Amino acid sequence: MLFTSYEFIAFLVLVLVGYYIVPKKFQWPLLLVFSYVFYFLADPMYLLFILVTTISAYLVSIKMENINAEMSAYIAEHKAELSKDEKKAYKAKMKAGKWRWLLLCLFLNIGILSVTKYTNFVITNINNLFAGGGPLQLVDMIVPMGISFYTFQTMGYVIDVYRGKQEAQKNPFKLALFVSFFPQLVQGPISRYGDLAPTLFAEHKFDGKTVSFGLGRILWGYFKKLVIADRMLPAVTELVQNPDEYSGAFVFVAMLFYAFELYCDFTGGIDITIGIAETMGIRLAENFNLPYFSKNIKEYWNRWHITMGTWFTDYIFYPISVCGPMLKLSKWSRAHLGEVIGKRVPVYLSSFAVWLTTGIWHGAAWNFIVWGLMNFVVIMISQELEPLYARFHERFKVRGKMPYEVFQIIRTVLLMSAIRMFDCYRDVPLTFKMVGSMFTQWDFSAFTSGALMDIGLSGADYLVLLAGLIIVLGTSIYKARAGSLREALYQKPPFVYYGMMAALFLVIIVFGAYGVGYDSSQFIYNQF
Amino acid sequence: MKRKRFIAGLLVVALTIGCLWLLQRLLVPKYQTGIVEGSMIEEYYKDESDHEVLFIGDCEVYENFSTITLWENYGITSYIRGSAQQLVWNSYYLLEDALRYETPKVVVFNVLALKYDEPQSEAYNRMSIDGMRWSQSKVDNIRASMMEDENFIDYVFPLLRYHSRWSELTEDDFRHIFSKDLVTHNGYYMRVDVKPQGEFPDPTPLADYTLGEKAMSYMQKMVDLCKEKGIELVLIKAPTEFPHWYDEWDIQVAEFAKKNDVEYINYIPLQDEIGLDMSKDTYDAGLHLNTSGAEKMADYFGAWLTENYDLTDYRSNEKYAAIWQEKVDFYNAMKEQQYYELETYGELKSFGANAIQ
Repeated sequence: MLFTSYEFIAFLVLVLVGYYIVPKKFQWPLLLVFSYVFYFLADPMYLLFILVTTISAYLVSIKMENINAEMSAYIAEHKAELSKDEKKAYKAKMKAGKWRWLLLCLFLNIGILSVTKYTNFVITNINNLFAGGGPLQLVDMIVPMGISFYTFQTMGYVIDVYRGKQEAQKNPFKLALFVSFFPQLVQGPISRYGDLAPTLFAEHKFDGKTVSFGLGRILWGYFKKLVIADRMLPAVTELVQNPDEYSGAFVFVAMLFYAFELYCDFTGGIDITIGIAETMGIRLAENFNLPYFSKNIKEYWNRWHITMGTWFTDYIFYPISVCGPMLKLSKWSRAHLGEVIGKRVPVYLSSFAVWLTTGIWHGAAWNFIVWGLMNFVVIMISQELEPLYARFHERFKVRGKMPYEVFQIIRTVLLMSAIRMFDCYRDVPLTFKMVGSMFTQWDFSAFTSGALMDIGLSGADYLVLLAGLIIVLGTSIYKARAGSLREALYQKPPFVYYGMMAALFLVIIVFGAYGVGYDSSQFIYNQF
Repeated sequence: MKRKRFIAGLLVVALTIGCLWLLQRLLVPKYQTGIVEGSMIEEYYKDESDHEVLFIGDCEVYENFSTITLWENYGITSYIRGSAQQLVWNSYYLLEDALRYETPKVVVFNVLALKYDEPQSEAYNRMSIDGMRWSQSKVDNIRASMMEDENFIDYVFPLLRYHSRWSELTEDDFRHIFSKDLVTHNGYYMRVDVKPQGEFPDPTPLADYTLGEKAMSYMQKMVDLCKEKGIELVLIKAPTEFPHWYDEWDIQVAEFAKKNDVEYINYIPLQDEIGLDMSKDTYDAGLHLNTSGAEKMADYFGAWLTENYDLTDYRSNEKYAAIWQEKVDFYNAMKEQQYYELETYGELKSFGANAIQ
């Protein structure tokens, strides 16, 4: 069930009506039922995978909590008898027990994720080692919807329980809902148990403002997805799938179009997700904070797909940075390579691991891996150049000046968009070739010959896109300067507030790219 | 404040529904010029008089039989519920729908559509279904006809289907937002121009000549419905030779007719007897008859109908005579206009493909 299908909208109406008419104590169980129905309708086989993840996370988290309880009770009971060393040894032994359970859970779930998503990638690469095709047959593998998202979300919870940051959920059905909550199953955000659980399991009474805010957010998401992203899709497809025909300046156009398409597609999908939860009074973590207003790549990654970024930071970057071997390596490198290089080694290696994993997480293909590593390279270079930038800013007094900030924003967007071409062309050598052609085969006639009218967009389409992007830009500027636009609109006379929502609805109905004549397009991030 | 918000919300919802209705009226195709076939199904409801003969089927009925000739020569009141590429299930449900309003003495069904056993095109589905008034027949017609990429809800709210027409609106869309002109003469689509029949390609041999199960089952339903209502069903194959009508199909239809005790006439071998001259009586090189051909065909068919069925000659009935005189006047006026355009421009300017805005 695509978010943009009529079936999903009918499903959503059913969920909302049901949610507010059942007794409040049945609200979360009802959501669990609907979430499983949603997943079942996608493919009954998917249930098997999500059940394995849920059951393993439940059992392991309970087991780890029992170990914690046992440890606390033992220490309390034998406080007087145990020496400091004995206590330390006992704790280490118990922690090792927990560690084994955690590893088991991680191996099982990351294993399922890896096997389902990456088996064919591995087979293809093995076969590539042999001349004339390899000996291995590709496998017809089922890839459960949203597996990357729910696996990471659930493993985050299990790790938090291991670390003692989070109490284990005793009710398996509540944990099942945390894993399978249907709006975020498709493309995130990747929620933390501690943030989501209190609002997910709370009883919510109908509140007009909250529901209208949720509906408004859903409409805003559909506007970005259907009016902009899906209207742009044919042009991006045409430009990217015909590289022989479209090089040079056309690659630049494709790069910009894809940047806007992906932004509107992904943020639109997340708006719908967050809006759906909000209509039920459930608060999901924000996943974007005006990423295209970032002045450098590091800032960009703090604003784009925020929940994924913080997940990688908390569960990969920090553990690697402070693990025993890394600390030893850091010590060794400081001693042998000097302070300057030595202190960078753990940061660089941990960042490398994060970006490699980020690339692999996005897809089973070299283009994603190279995309991840390109981000790593650019971030590290910009980090190394920071002193130079500082001197430049000091010398020319440009920091905080509007034209310079606009320059920084445009530079960041262009750089990120260029790196994203790996995702676009999905072929590493081809991406290098096409990005290179922007510099070697640039021809302004691409903009004047009328060729841009033959890439699947009519003049009317360009007008709609232009108007849509201006609206998105305008609301973004308002948000950056003045805060919540919807809150401001809500303070206006009700007729204005509801009128704006109605206008948005009518715009989507008329100008949306949906129905017969349009290819129904799933959200780009559904694939990850 | 809460009450104020509630009232404002209700008002906005009402206004939004009003806007949606208006937008739908504006954006759905009007089919008033160019491809007028999309108006045919809807026009039936505007004709409030009853009919003793009802034709159902595809272009081989609505372009080949002049209803006005049937009236002028025999006093037969008839209507053609035809539409472009009307498939057998479309015809069945259109018949079922028509029987909610009247019970004709004879129903005539053209069998060419039996060659199709699956829905063929969303555009033709739309032209056969959109104009129907809502009833169980329309619901069933939609269900039987939908292509894989179609949604039932798009038929309930055509705005969802036609929303993207905002960029191709023409003057017609604004002029006919609330009312539409008649484009047919009791379902007959007039074309007076001439394009002589040429050579048709040789028929392609088929792997299987068996007519489809679904199509045949709907024809059976048609027979059963007519029997139940005491209506005589006549199966015909119009006299035009292309698309090719295979002998194997003809035999199957003849056997079906015999088994069900209904008439079946294949008019292809009867072209000479009808008096058709395919160098003059067709406007598109032999695919369909022009008005001259349709009048000859109607004259021939009217004689056969009068001879074989107990039809009333309504020409002496004042009420019917008055109603039909208006139709005859409209028919003659359109004919004159088409001849005028042919003489002036050498081709039709306001009709057919040339008139597409």
